[in-house]
Amino acid sequence: MTEDARAAGTAGAAPDGGRPVALAARGLHVRFGAARAVDGVELEVGAGEIVALVGESGCGKTTLARGLLGLVRPAGGTVEHGSRPLVRTKAGLKEFRRHVQLVLQDPTGSLNPRHTVYEAVAEGLRVHRVEGDEWERVAGALSRAGLRPPERFFLRRPHELSGGQRQRVVIAGALVLEPDVLVADEPVSSLDASVRGEILALLLRLRAELGLSVLVVTHDLGLAWNIADRVAVMYLGRIVETGPAADVLLSPRHPYTKALLSVVPEVGRMEPVLLTGEAPDPSRIPAGCRFRPRCPAYAAGVPADVAARCETVSPAVLPAGDGHHTACHLTEPAAP
Amino acid sequence: MTVLELRDLRVTYEGGVPAVRGVDLSVARGEVLGVAGESGCGKSTISNAVLRLLPRGAKVEGQVLLDGEDVYGMSFGRLRAVRWATASIVFQGALHSLNPVRRVGAQIAEPIMLHSNATRRAADRRAGELLEQVGLPARRARDHPHQLSGGQRQRVLIALALACGPRLLIADEPTTALDVMVQAQVLALLSSLVRDMELSMVLISHDLSVLGSVCDRVAVMYAGRLVEQGPAAAVFDDPRHPYGAALAGAFPRVGDERFRYGPRGLPGDPPFPGDLPGGCEFHPRCPVALDRCATTDVELTALGDGRSSACLRAAEPALDLRGAS
Repeated sequence: MTEDARAAGTAGAAPDGGRPVALAARGLHVRFGAARAVDGVELEVGAGEIVALVGESGCGKTTLARGLLGLVRPAGGTVEHGSRPLVRTKAGLKEFRRHVQLVLQDPTGSLNPRHTVYEAVAEGLRVHRVEGDEWERVAGALSRAGLRPPERFFLRRPHELSGGQRQRVVIAGALVLEPDVLVADEPVSSLDASVRGEILALLLRLRAELGLSVLVVTHDLGLAWNIADRVAVMYLGRIVETGPAADVLLSPRHPYTKALLSVVPEVGRMEPVLLTGEAPDPSRIPAGCRFRPRCPAYAAGVPADVAARCETVSPAVLPAGDGHHTACHLTEPAAP
Repeated sequence: MTVLELRDLRVTYEGGVPAVRGVDLSVARGEVLGVAGESGCGKSTISNAVLRLLPRGAKVEGQVLLDGEDVYGMSFGRLRAVRWATASIVFQGALHSLNPVRRVGAQIAEPIMLHSNATRRAADRRAGELLEQVGLPARRARDHPHQLSGGQRQRVLIALALACGPRLLIADEPTTALDVMVQAQVLALLSSLVRDMELSMVLISHDLSVLGSVCDRVAVMYAGRLVEQGPAAAVFDDPRHPYGAALAGAFPRVGDERFRYGPRGLPGDPPFPGDLPGGCEFHPRCPVALDRCATTDVELTALGDGRSSACLRAAEPALDLRGAS
């Protein structure tokens, strides 16, 4: 596919005249029984944009990513690809998954140990019955993923590769279908420290060269600082702060974002704010602001009228667009 | 006073794979030493070598001195007394290190009874106290491991390591599987225990930013050797070995403009211990290597201010190793 054809493939209409939207969640809800894992999320990934979705484990970030990939059926809301709603028929999902590809964490677990690199990368082409020269497409995907010369890797099996090379094979398997969006769930968390940077640099290069959009799901704020244009912070099923990466990471407004940033080792800008306990239970989301039971700002004392709102009013769902927004009664005063 | 000293420690696994190739290290009373490095660099081999926990067939040369006594010269009875009571290990992977079918309190009480003449009841009471010391309610002693979260299980492992009042704690990747917030809680707990109980600690991690925030001193390992050593903040802020620089850059400070849209990594992968490159082991991946690096065996050399580096170019003042790659 040429660059032009790729651009046409991603051409979602831009609702407000800004950049076109590659992938979006609109009012998305995902439930597992009583657990509201994703509890009303608006999120957009623009064409050629890298968005980091950050939060603690159990906050719903992986479920949201799976929802955006069409892998779980939402209880409410829609997923849009290029501004067209995802059609949940077998054919619709298959077509969608050609364009929106998943890159799993732990490349060791996501590669079949008995398949060669060639078979692993070609699998997507066969599933989607892509016409044309398979050999050439596989070679192209491997070299775009930085495994050069690709022929040298064709017959290798996963155990003959290093961790970084395995992750590149997984990425090549996603690239071979020439998608316009990658959803990468903790793409470097299982890799050696010195190899991390190379894989992150690869994501930046794919964006620059192919115009790919990337949603990176991570708990690692340093990773967001490394590569993301925008950051969305998730807590207990909702986005609680979103905005340009530099704004959110350098001038965080939500007490939860502030706490997360304060515990990044060696940030050295703030006193660490240790939240007690771990991410709470999505089947028992507190009334009012869902972060209130762990909120250091609320615990430190807030004006009575604000406290009343923290206890009873759930902050509004944040808009999906570009600005810096916070779901917090302290930082976002009530509308008159 | 030196609690732990390694003198030219060498460990070769069965089959002739050299995992540790001549390491000198010491840990003073009350000191926290960080050991940084990637998978296969030998850092976990060191922690297991200290308490003679290496698999049968591993050949150990050099000396491991605990309170001045050579661990490899001890009788087995003496070794049993020293394990847990002088030095203990907080293992990584909290889920796998606990027995899933026994209550955690009983697991903590067991070494207490084995190492003292404590009654069952006294040992149980002590287990409850230890749980409270690591920030868990004493009643959680009645829980089985699966009833605890990852962070709580890691706390149980720390309580277990403290059970017999050791002077040295060896923590091998204690926060690797944990979330950022829980990691911060566990690191804060370890720091406060070290301070309050005047413990020494060896903290092993692949994450130099974690070590920088907790340790007094940091040693960086590559391919079975130390390549850099010095005060923790100095190693993180101004590394004097290009590999130390790469580790420091892998987990950048949020707000450091050099890393914005600039992830830094190294080409290639850590070498397999059985197949090491000649000369400086790091030269094939080194962004600032010179021709002679391929042929020169570089020793760890003191640079002053408590720092040392095994890089030919370490003393070049203008060389910004951290910004090099």
